[in-house]
Amino acid sequence: MKAKIIITPKKAVLDPQGKTVQTALDHLGYRGVTGVHVGKYLEIDLAPGTDRAAAQKALDAAAHQFLSNPVIEDYRLEIVD
Amino acid sequence: MHFAVLQFPASNCDQDCVHAARVLGHTSGLVWHKDTSLGAADAVIVPGGFSYGDYLRCGAIARFSPVMQAVKQFAENGGLVIGICNGFQILCEAHLLPGALIRNRDLQFHCEQVFLKTANHDTPFTTHIPSGKILRVPIAHGEGCYFADDDTLAKVQANKQILWQYSDANGALTEKANPNGSVLNIAGIANERFNVAGLMPHPDRASEPLLGSDDGKFIFQSMIAALEKRRTAKAA
Repeated sequence: MKAKIIITPKKAVLDPQGKTVQTALDHLGYRGVTGVHVGKYLEIDLAPGTDRAAAQKALDAAAHQFLSNPVIEDYRLEIVD
Repeated sequence: MHFAVLQFPASNCDQDCVHAARVLGHTSGLVWHKDTSLGAADAVIVPGGFSYGDYLRCGAIARFSPVMQAVKQFAENGGLVIGICNGFQILCEAHLLPGALIRNRDLQFHCEQVFLKTANHDTPFTTHIPSGKILRVPIAHGEGCYFADDDTLAKVQANKQILWQYSDANGALTEKANPNGSVLNIAGIANERFNVAGLMPHPDRASEPLLGSDDGKFIFQSMIAALEKRRTAKAA
């Protein structure tokens, strides 16, 4: 069992990395790209037999308290087998 | 006065802070990140560096170290705490200061001299900065772009918590003088009680003329004066 956490910069936050990647995509000829947001991806391995609901709750707390900074970032948490 | 200077794995300005205290005729002691006590400190300096390798986010891991629990308690009791550069990032991550610090607007690491305009002279960190004086101090950071949402910004402005802003040599808050894209040119900020402050520029690296500028000493002298005032008030 694994937890997957995707952390992205909030829309209101300056994302110079995303902007730079967007410009580079344009230079490479990829048209129609209206925005790029560069974030982080965390994959967390969970012990076999872990209670899914409990893991969801605990990792949600961890993502809020530590893994992301709610001032500047949003996150999405998913638990998969 | 006695300053506690914190030391995390990959702090690299701890000795600069120790030196600044010595130049000003005061004492300091290094406090290891695993320590749970600050000893007999009158004030705390959270120094610059790359604590815990800047992994995850700058300051995100240092915030949970044992010594930071002691710093939180110290600040809650009204103790003076200043965070410089990475120290500022740690204090924001610890929610001792509002906002956050993100990648510089141009994605470059900036190592240069900047000018700072003091926005509020009536705080324990700024009283000894002469009125109208534009400070010249160095910066050295890649993630110093100050960000806070509009509600937070309105609040810190109303409370006069902005202490220093990037300016040109004449004190004008121009876009060009802003090295990293910080909102409102914010270089340093205080908490609501004005006993915790943080700034990206390095007053510790500008504590004597030999270093190119001694403007940083005004900030430490302000803290020392505030501590002396408290001591006198306590004794009376």
